[in-house]
Amino acid sequence: MPTLLELRRRTRSVRNTEQITRAMKMVATARLRRAQEAIVSARPFAARILEVLNSVVVGAKTESHPLLRERPPRRVEVVVITSDRGLCGSFNTNVLKRCEILLKSLSDNEVGVRAVGRKGKDHFRRRGVRLVDPLEDIFRALGYEHARAIAAPLMERYHREDPEDPEGLDAIYLVFNEFKNILRQDVRVERLLPLERLDLSSSDGAPAREFFYEPTEGEIFSELLPRHVEYQIWRALLESVAAEQAARMTAMDNATKNASELIADLTLTMNRVRQAAITKEILEVVGGAEALD
Amino acid sequence: MSGSETLRLEVITPGGVVFRDDVDYVEAPGVFGYIGVLPGHAPLLYQIRSGRLQYRQGEEDHYLAVHWGFLEVLDDTVTVLAETAERPRDIDLARAESALTRAKARLEEFGATYEVERAQQAVARAEARLRAAEAEAKIGSQS
Repeated sequence: MPTLLELRRRTRSVRNTEQITRAMKMVATARLRRAQEAIVSARPFAARILEVLNSVVVGAKTESHPLLRERPPRRVEVVVITSDRGLCGSFNTNVLKRCEILLKSLSDNEVGVRAVGRKGKDHFRRRGVRLVDPLEDIFRALGYEHARAIAAPLMERYHREDPEDPEGLDAIYLVFNEFKNILRQDVRVERLLPLERLDLSSSDGAPAREFFYEPTEGEIFSELLPRHVEYQIWRALLESVAAEQAARMTAMDNATKNASELIADLTLTMNRVRQAAITKEILEVVGGAEALD
Repeated sequence: MSGSETLRLEVITPGGVVFRDDVDYVEAPGVFGYIGVLPGHAPLLYQIRSGRLQYRQGEEDHYLAVHWGFLEVLDDTVTVLAETAERPRDIDLARAESALTRAKARLEEFGATYEVERAQQAVARAEARLRAAEAEAKIGSQS
């Protein structure tokens, strides 16, 4: 049987933990709301970019665009988005596990990993995977320029089509957590380059309008496509941030609940121990008094 | 054409919708020069560069600083897709000026390396901000 003092100490420690997890949950909730707003306000731009791509795709000779051309993959890079901090349940584990599977399936190629987020960097560094320009600590003040900074070197290296160029890339994948709802995050694996066949067929029934283009459709297309790539990364970053906060919120909520339960258990045990001690003392007093008689 | 009297202007950036309202006239910095759009304009897709986007509501002219984007005109709706779009009241003049100085210095320093494009963009961006802010300030002092 634990002593009363031990139990008190234990209760106090659990109570402190509970306070911390409760505070973290509240912070995550506030951040989640902001992250959700960011995703929602980013959507119109994505929709319009696709629409514009749609309207120029017919006139532009899209097959010839280097970002759409496929070639046998030799050098591949995987962009994996994790969080910087832990205590968010299986958020990082899930994305890293999925990433390991992808790496295994790509093992015939020369693969590099571009880790965004400290957790991913640490994970792959421990396993001796080749890391390319890991990025960390960008999520607190996330901006579109981060997406651009990630996309620029990728596209530049993808453009080097010489198969012997050690800096060249033939395919780029993106692995990240997608925010489904507060209780659910799904790991997504997307091929960033060459671009998946764009879904440009949504011009259902709308009469083809005669547009004036300035400059030509082809030029507009090649101007837009890199933005589309940047935009995919931007969206993945936003999704990941929202998913992270949602995961942390859920994890901390569970932790707080567990702590409350533990405190209730400990309090009960503590009361029993105290009661047992009192009973014992009374018995002793009574026993002593009887012995005197 | 619908024959309506006004244009619907929407300015959208990756960060969200910056502006959405009815206006009478839009003037945007196209890659080959400024382009003006009045109600009843033919469908158009125009690439725009860094500069000053102007719109008129009644008697008042307003400005936005935009950086890179597209202008689409369709059925009296003008959609501007821009990488950034800032209202003059959000522009920090001192910061824009120091950014301009810095970008110009970098442009000289790098000469003909590949950083030139970035520095040029920075110059264009800073200038666009300043122009938009100055134009708006002029209106404010008149009224």
